[in-house]
Amino acid sequence: MSNAKSVAFVATKMIPPSPPPSGSVGPIHWAREHLFPTPLNALLTLVSIAFVLWLTPEIIRWAFIDAVWKAGSLAECREIARAAGVEGSFACWAVINERFNQFMFGFYPSELYWRPILAFALLLVALAPVLFAHLPRKMLIFSAVYPFLAYWLIWGDSLWAPLSAMAGFAVAYAAFRALSGGVVQLGLAAAAAAAGLAAVLWWLFAASSAAEAMQAVLPLSIEHVESAKLGGFLLALILGVSGIAMSLPLGILLALGRKSDLPVLKGICVAFIEFIRGVPLITLLFVASTLLNYFLPPGTSFDLILRVVIMVTLFAAAYMAEVIRGGLAALPQGQYEAAAALGLDYWKSMRLVILPQALKISIPGIVNTFIGLFKDTTLVSVIGLLDPVGIIAPMRADSNWNGIVWEFYGFVALFFFIFCFGMSRYSMYLEGKLKTDHR
Amino acid sequence: MKHSLILGAVAAIGLAAGAASANTLEDVKAKGHLQCGVATGVPGFAFTDADGEWQGFDVAVCRAVAAAIFGDPKAVKFTPTTGKTRFTALASGEVDMLARNTTWTFSRDTDLGFDFVGVNYYDGQGFMVRKDLGVTSAKELDGATVCIQTGTTTELNLADFFRTNGMSYEPVPIETNAEARQKYLAGACDVYTTDASGLAATRSTFEDPKAHVILPEIISKEPLGPLVRHGDNEWGDLVRWTLNALIIAEEKGITAANVEEMAKGTNDPEVNRLLGAEGEYGKMIGLGKDWAVNAIKAGGNYGEIFARYIGEETPVGLARGLNAQWTQGGLLYAPPFR
Repeated sequence: MSNAKSVAFVATKMIPPSPPPSGSVGPIHWAREHLFPTPLNALLTLVSIAFVLWLTPEIIRWAFIDAVWKAGSLAECREIARAAGVEGSFACWAVINERFNQFMFGFYPSELYWRPILAFALLLVALAPVLFAHLPRKMLIFSAVYPFLAYWLIWGDSLWAPLSAMAGFAVAYAAFRALSGGVVQLGLAAAAAAAGLAAVLWWLFAASSAAEAMQAVLPLSIEHVESAKLGGFLLALILGVSGIAMSLPLGILLALGRKSDLPVLKGICVAFIEFIRGVPLITLLFVASTLLNYFLPPGTSFDLILRVVIMVTLFAAAYMAEVIRGGLAALPQGQYEAAAALGLDYWKSMRLVILPQALKISIPGIVNTFIGLFKDTTLVSVIGLLDPVGIIAPMRADSNWNGIVWEFYGFVALFFFIFCFGMSRYSMYLEGKLKTDHR
Repeated sequence: MKHSLILGAVAAIGLAAGAASANTLEDVKAKGHLQCGVATGVPGFAFTDADGEWQGFDVAVCRAVAAAIFGDPKAVKFTPTTGKTRFTALASGEVDMLARNTTWTFSRDTDLGFDFVGVNYYDGQGFMVRKDLGVTSAKELDGATVCIQTGTTTELNLADFFRTNGMSYEPVPIETNAEARQKYLAGACDVYTTDASGLAATRSTFEDPKAHVILPEIISKEPLGPLVRHGDNEWGDLVRWTLNALIIAEEKGITAANVEEMAKGTNDPEVNRLLGAEGEYGKMIGLGKDWAVNAIKAGGNYGEIFARYIGEETPVGLARGLNAQWTQGGLLYAPPFR
């Protein structure tokens, strides 16, 4: 009956979109939508703004305007502030100024400060290729060497000790190559197990004598700094970084072990995870600091920091395993089946198909565990290690500074905030970069 | 074969352990330094200075012992211990001695297996109030709110004191001294109670210390002293007599400045015996002739150490009180040196 021609009006071109009505764009609309949508929300907004306006100038006055930056004692701080006409409380940052090096390095010999500083700078270099995928992959070689280098820089002594520890991995690799195809033909798993055994044997029996022999031939050593001298942020970073670096691989292995079909392996992993999660960290620290002493012969120099690092790592690894298990469980069964259908063996399917996806899902949980671990390192002050929180006590006991509280804790809080916030931002960056779904 | 190896290793470790703990002095000499447990921070008693060196009244005891053994007050390494780790650190051999504000009690001396070698500070629990309250005696504190550290003996002492005097109080529980300071200054409690030395140290940090008074009543005995492990009496003797040497030195007027001079010989035979001018007394504790000279040179006699770290001239500002020599009406009474 009718066709296009008989219709009264047909638009022949698109009508250009009109701008939205003025009431629904712009800052006023945003404020109405987000700040004052209902009377209750409007009230809450006003109260919050008033609170911030009331608090901020007070904090700025306390921390900056009225603050005293240079003085020899709290009494001197007060004199200076009173002379400047300051009423009420004020920050005496002079104490941080005077004790800055103690906060940073503990009791590390001051002429050797360059060593931890260099170790920290190299830490950034070693971390860069791990954190940012577009950097050359060759840099990972340095990352692998870094732990040994950092150990040598911080503790000093003979270079051959970390080198011979590193040689253990070379031994393992050589054994693996020889057993998995070079000399004899063993199964991959058997070869890997034998290689691990070879490395352990090397570390137990050959490493120290090899180091001594090399030291005798070619002495290469720098001044030894004992663990008791480490403290402050240096200690927090040593515990945090080594705990984080070791707990992730250990956690992955535990998570895979827990999902394994092998009953003994699975049993061990479940028992380990459940035991560690059932015990507070502070208990493990007490075991490390005191109980182990009773079992070890007196004079055994099993370093306290090493013991604490092991405990912190085990603790974090148990939590990490559960976080990663969550990621593994979130993957559809089809992924496992698809990997199997491609003919991949267990390790290849894990490495190429399952883990990349599972780890991506788990990023927020993993970083959460990292941040928790880093902050938990302050618990070591309870066993007398002078981490940033622990080192406050002997400083505050100095009669020059006794009475200062907020400045110390504020400074330490700032330090931890910088690191934890950095980790959190990085995890968001990583999540954004790895996002492949189309939500 | 394998089993016998392991057993052999265990036996060897056991033997090494036995040998290592039998003679602490030998071990210390072999190590080349004394390992001393100190507090992680008590004003005047243990703290770190701007150079990161440990200082304080308790620390000075460690330095004196190190000087007596090695002639060098710096031949000592410090292990900061908390209230929770101090005893295990000593019992397990991690430290050779403990000089850490530790009250000498029956069970610590017997059941825990330690030997208190003496008392370097006689403390006791006291009360601090604001001056404008007009209180002059702890007996007038009926109905007061009291800031009290939870889980300590001071809490029990407080309850006992108020009960025996038929008074009531309202406790304000706190965790640390720093927290108590804030609460007390903010007026959350009328009274702060802890060891009198702690009260004095806390008061010294107030902006206006004169507005607060420490009441005269001391309601508990807190003899604080260095301690060593049970089982090595020679080592205990050495630490005990180093402390005594410092006390005798004050009694006899030997100071860090004149000790060298007096060591050459004086008219007082006891001084001569102590400083090695007469007899072979150092040998009896396995040390050299000049052990006491070195110990006194390290930080001065007891009175000098007291004056430097916690005396009335310092911010902590403690009077000698019970810690005066027995000749001055105090409790310091070292046995005769002969």
